[in-house]
Amino acid sequence: MSRAAEERNRRMLRARDAMDRTYAEPLDVPRLARVAGVSEAHFIRTFRATFGETPHRYLQRRRVERAMFLLRDSERSVTDVCFDVGFNSLGTFSRTFRDIVGVSPSTYRRRSDRAAVPNCFTMAWARPSSFGEAQEERGD
Amino acid sequence: MLNGINITHVWVFDQNEALEFYVGKLGLEVRDDVDLGNMRWLTVNVPGQPERSILLELVGPPSVDPASGGALRELISKGASGFTVGFTTDDCQRVFEDLKAKGVEFTQEPVEHFYGIDIGIRDPFGNHIRISQPKNGAPPA
Repeated sequence: MSRAAEERNRRMLRARDAMDRTYAEPLDVPRLARVAGVSEAHFIRTFRATFGETPHRYLQRRRVERAMFLLRDSERSVTDVCFDVGFNSLGTFSRTFRDIVGVSPSTYRRRSDRAAVPNCFTMAWARPSSFGEAQEERGD
Repeated sequence: MLNGINITHVWVFDQNEALEFYVGKLGLEVRDDVDLGNMRWLTVNVPGQPERSILLELVGPPSVDPASGGALRELISKGASGFTVGFTTDDCQRVFEDLKAKGVEFTQEPVEHFYGIDIGIRDPFGNHIRISQPKNGAPPA
C-alpha cells in the first residue's frame, strides 16, 4: 500500500472521527471535506470507497445510534432527543430512525421499557437457579 | 495460573514517528530500544511502571510479507484496528487539554460515564487509544 493511500485513509478517518465526536453539530459536506482536507466532490466518493457508505449515511447511523441510547437511558422526549443528536426536523428524524431501526422512536422506547421496567420479572429470571442442584440432592 | 500482563503490542508504520507520539506527546518512557540487527525492539511504558510495556512493532517484512503489511496498513489507517490501548489518569480534563495543545487527534472529547470520565484519541497511524479517569479516582492496581 502506498504512502499516499494511507494518507488518504487517515484523512477520511479524520472526517469520520469528527462525525463521531460532534454528531450533534450541523455537519455538512463542506465542513467535513475541510476536516479531511480534500475537495467536496472528492470527499464523498473517497469516503464511500473507504468505508462502504456515504458520509451522510454514516452520520445518520451515528445520530440514530445516539438517539437509541437516549431513548433507552434518559427521560428526554422524542422531540428533545431528535434535536439532541443533531437532526433539525422531527419528520426527518422519525423517517430516518424507522428506516434504520425498523420501528419508530416511540415504539423503540416503549419496547426498551418493556424489557427493562418489570424489574420483579427480571429479578425472578436472572437469579441463578438452584433447581438442578435441588433435584440432584433429592436423588441422593 | 497467569498472574499479569507484561507486554502488549501496537502496530506502527514508523518507529521514530511512534516515539514522537507515544513518548513526545503522551509522555510515556522508553523501556527498551535495542537494535537486534534484523529488527528494532522498541518498548515504552507509563512512567514508573516498567513491568507493563507496549511493543511499538513495525508493520512490514520480515515479520509480515509485503502484501500482508500493505493490508495491515490499509486497515489500520482507516481505523479498523479497533480499541488498541487503554490508559488511566487521575485528571482526564488536564490530559485532554495538554494533548489538544500538542495537536493530538480526538475521537471523543471528555465524557462522563458511570465508570468515570474518558476521552478517545488516534495515534498517527490510526490506532484508537482511550484514556480514562476511573470514578473511584485510583487506577487499577
